[in-house]
Amino acid sequence: MRFSAFISGPVAARPAGTHHDIVISSRVRLARNVKAHPFPGWARKADRLAVLEVVKPAVEALPQMEDAFSEYLQDLSATEKQILVERHLISREHAAKSGGSAVVMNREQTLSIMINEEDHLRMQAIQPGFQLKTVFKSIDEVDTRLEEKLDYAFSEKLGYLTACLTNVGTGMRASAMLHLPALVLDDKVNQVIQAVNKIGLAVRGLYGEGSEAMGNLFQISNQTTLGEREEDILGRLNKVIEQIIEHELNARAALLQRKTVTLLDQVGRAFGILRHAHSITSKEALNLLSFIRLGIDLGSFPTGHRQQIDDLFTETQPAHLQRTSPTKLQAEDRDALRAETIRRKLADLPAPEPPRAAS
Amino acid sequence: MVCDACQTNPATVYLTQIVEGKMQKVNLCDLCAKAKKVLDPTGFQLADLLLGLGVNTELEKPQVETAPAPVEVAMLKCPACGFTQADFKKTQRMGCSECYETFADSIMAPLRSNHKGSEHIGKLPARQFRRVEAQRRMGALQSDLAKAVKQEDYEGAAQIRDAIRQLESQLNAPRAA
Repeated sequence: MRFSAFISGPVAARPAGTHHDIVISSRVRLARNVKAHPFPGWARKADRLAVLEVVKPAVEALPQMEDAFSEYLQDLSATEKQILVERHLISREHAAKSGGSAVVMNREQTLSIMINEEDHLRMQAIQPGFQLKTVFKSIDEVDTRLEEKLDYAFSEKLGYLTACLTNVGTGMRASAMLHLPALVLDDKVNQVIQAVNKIGLAVRGLYGEGSEAMGNLFQISNQTTLGEREEDILGRLNKVIEQIIEHELNARAALLQRKTVTLLDQVGRAFGILRHAHSITSKEALNLLSFIRLGIDLGSFPTGHRQQIDDLFTETQPAHLQRTSPTKLQAEDRDALRAETIRRKLADLPAPEPPRAAS
Repeated sequence: MVCDACQTNPATVYLTQIVEGKMQKVNLCDLCAKAKKVLDPTGFQLADLLLGLGVNTELEKPQVETAPAPVEVAMLKCPACGFTQADFKKTQRMGCSECYETFADSIMAPLRSNHKGSEHIGKLPARQFRRVEAQRRMGALQSDLAKAVKQEDYEGAAQIRDAIRQLESQLNAPRAA
């Protein structure tokens, strides 16, 4: 499959009907290594290629990868790699790789397997909505199948052996992308982040480690991988996410009651700017789209516009804009194209109505 | 009491650490303590928590000593991939799965401080473990068989031989699709 065909398949090809007001997506990744080969960061090129030639065919032969897009990293352009990063299909670290690395993804873009990232295998499942257990199950099945063909580096005492000590054991990192505009508006999000950090979970920005929180989006994930079963880690994460959802809903209800004007103002301004701007940065766009999304949740806009807004979160990212243009875009060209894309997409979005009481 | 490091100046800094359940004491003079940055709490904590490897051993066995032990630690090198302790300090990564054996003593502290426990209780790669289990069982059956034959328990020996054949066919069966 060609990259253009793969990527033009709508993100909406991902299973529908799993919308969640607050949890945008759920993701689980497993780190695995093949026995008797140095880890990619320390391996010589010949070693990395040897692993690649064993692992890539094994991954491509998976029944889950029947209609897959499979490519060596050196055969993807910088823009193509960045598009995959913006869709959370590969990591930023993987995008920086070229010779000796590859990626295999299914047509629905729910499964993505990075070969020779920090570990020989980084496999992830991602789906919209709040469904960590379903997502875990799908990547667990991939892992079980692969294990029939590959001899993993595994120790009875320490579990799956990984390049970094922080992944050893289950090799599992589960995360959910949360949309928390009310907690941000109410200045409570830092309290939540601190509380979550204290119990050994990590909170990060849109693109993971070291990235900025934009669009009121926060990624929450487990930090420990050894000494707990996968189910227990997921259970712990689920419980905490449920509590954060509760806090966000309370904050929304409180804002509606106490700060109705502030709330209406934010949603109204977001609508005005997005509908009429002719140049807009990625960060501003995300922050404003966040308030439109909140407006939909609160009943200010018809729910039929949900998918449009969710798609814009991805389509206004730099590489996605570059994809639509034949020439190399400079930052200001991109900002203009971004504004145009948003205006076009939101042309039929009616003006906001006063929000209903939060459910 | 003299300084453990330079063996000349009187010790003024007494450091006690519990490493893997064992108490370690180091006595240092002002100069050596400063040189080893023991007095800088942030530097020390970071080194201890994040670098983990070798930090304690360095303190315990100062470089001035002529004993061969410190040399051995500094030169610790993975026989499988050539990764050294110094490489670990620099990259914070392991070189290969064998490194976990090579550096087994030094990784326990960072593992304990980063995780909920120090033993894996999650998923096992089933096929690899079926084979390990089957091989263990095969070993046990074969020694049972030898015992039975020695005791001239031919009926028992026949049963054991059947069990061995069955296990052999399992072990040689094609890998599950």
